[in-house]
Amino acid sequence: MKRKSVAIVGASETTELGVIPHLSQMGLHADAALNAMADCGLSPKDIDGVATAGQSPTEIAWYLGITPTYVDGTSVGGCSFMLHVRHAAAAINEGLCNTVLITHGESGRSGIGRGGFGGGPSTLGGQFEAPYGIFGAPNTFTIPVLRYMKQYGVTEEQLAMVAVVQREWAGRNPRAAMRDPITVDDVLSSRLIAWPFHLLECCLVSDGGGALILTSAERAKDFPTKPVYILGTGESVETPMVSQMEDLTSSRAFKVSGKKAFDEAGISHKDVDHLMIYDAFAHLPLYGLEDLGFVGRGEAPAFIAEGNTRMGGKLPLNTNGGGLSYAHSGMYGMFALQESVRQMRGTAPAQVAGAKIAVSHGVGGMFGAAGTIIMSNEAP
Amino acid sequence: MCQVIFVADIRKPLPKATPETQEFWDGVKQGKFILQRCNDPKCAKVYFPPRPFCPVCASRSVSSFAGSGRGKLASYVINHRPAPGFDAPYGICIVDLDEGPRLMTSIVGVPQTPEALVLDMAVELAPTVASDEISLPTFRPVGA
Repeated sequence: MKRKSVAIVGASETTELGVIPHLSQMGLHADAALNAMADCGLSPKDIDGVATAGQSPTEIAWYLGITPTYVDGTSVGGCSFMLHVRHAAAAINEGLCNTVLITHGESGRSGIGRGGFGGGPSTLGGQFEAPYGIFGAPNTFTIPVLRYMKQYGVTEEQLAMVAVVQREWAGRNPRAAMRDPITVDDVLSSRLIAWPFHLLECCLVSDGGGALILTSAERAKDFPTKPVYILGTGESVETPMVSQMEDLTSSRAFKVSGKKAFDEAGISHKDVDHLMIYDAFAHLPLYGLEDLGFVGRGEAPAFIAEGNTRMGGKLPLNTNGGGLSYAHSGMYGMFALQESVRQMRGTAPAQVAGAKIAVSHGVGGMFGAAGTIIMSNEAP
Repeated sequence: MCQVIFVADIRKPLPKATPETQEFWDGVKQGKFILQRCNDPKCAKVYFPPRPFCPVCASRSVSSFAGSGRGKLASYVINHRPAPGFDAPYGICIVDLDEGPRLMTSIVGVPQTPEALVLDMAVELAPTVASDEISLPTFRPVGA
């Protein structure tokens, strides 16, 4: 895409976050959408593009009273919203529409108006993974990490450090669900979920949502909010089954998506002031740091343990506290994007002073998909 | 030689074969691990799960053959959450077959502990009877 040709002008999460038993999943979408429209002074009649995942874009458009000329129902898991941003930028540049609303809502905790999970017994996953006792992400997404740990000599203590550092960030964020400091011992003595993963190395389960509004950079100047320009974008998919990853220590989708986004943005890694890596589990920031090229193979555990990603470090990472400590609705990618926008607007609770370029990287499925969005707050 | 028969809990989720995978599931019932290979000599990719074309070169000319049923333990977790049909804690494993493809499976006949489930140990096919139609391609350590 053309650098800085499109900007995020509206961004908001749901009014509440965490446990929201009085709203259906559809209601969470709508609450976030209404907040995002209010954020930038738009109403549904101003929106002519709709994108969402987990819910049909037809439902969203109808529910909010939008008549779109552009619809994106790409649903590849938690990074779907990164892909929506990318597609929206292309659609706006191509003239398919002017203003795109991207919504997320998930009643992950309360399960109000939520659809089922997984496929039937004749799907590939139903035949070749479900029979071995995988029940959701905690004992599926985690399977590759022992190979990674053996290959690079990573200890359980180093894996635990990912959760410890992110909790430090969450301590600065009043909306974060878990704010009390934790130690490596706390992590390793928390309940075993799927060895080598303990409870504190697994993401939260929350109700919540978020929405973004994008328009052309030209038009963005007329909005009351500080525009956040899209600098580069990437996306890819690898496999619907974690057991079929080409390399258990690295995500092909991460590498392809990240390289495309950096190439589009025309930046190098040292230009990045702020980084979000979707952390459903503690190993994801490790894979993300390496597959995006911020560090070499096997170097991420030491990079985090040495404090590079914590407050005051050279690469602030997951500054909202992440899926491990802030919130995780099920498809967390929208929350990573929201924190990137806050950092670029200069409104984050744990603001990185002077941050100009933010990278937001999401995963979908169990290393199944990836989306990468690079943002800038500097006008073209 | 004593033949050990592993039998699955009936509450376990069971696969339902499709036309593309029926031969594989029939093979497991007979104690074989059926793989597929591209017939193009320039490609000759061996792959899994089954499909009627080569995932590397897209050729529709492919053949099935009985693999060695041997491989190595590539990675795993030991699940501690309650799961219907399974006695937690239990391992959920990935095995790399000697022919190249990898698959999710269970390692049976050994304790489900980090001490017994050693990465890179050699394993061999030891099917688990799950129903009249389905046996699962589970593995056990070679020599166990």
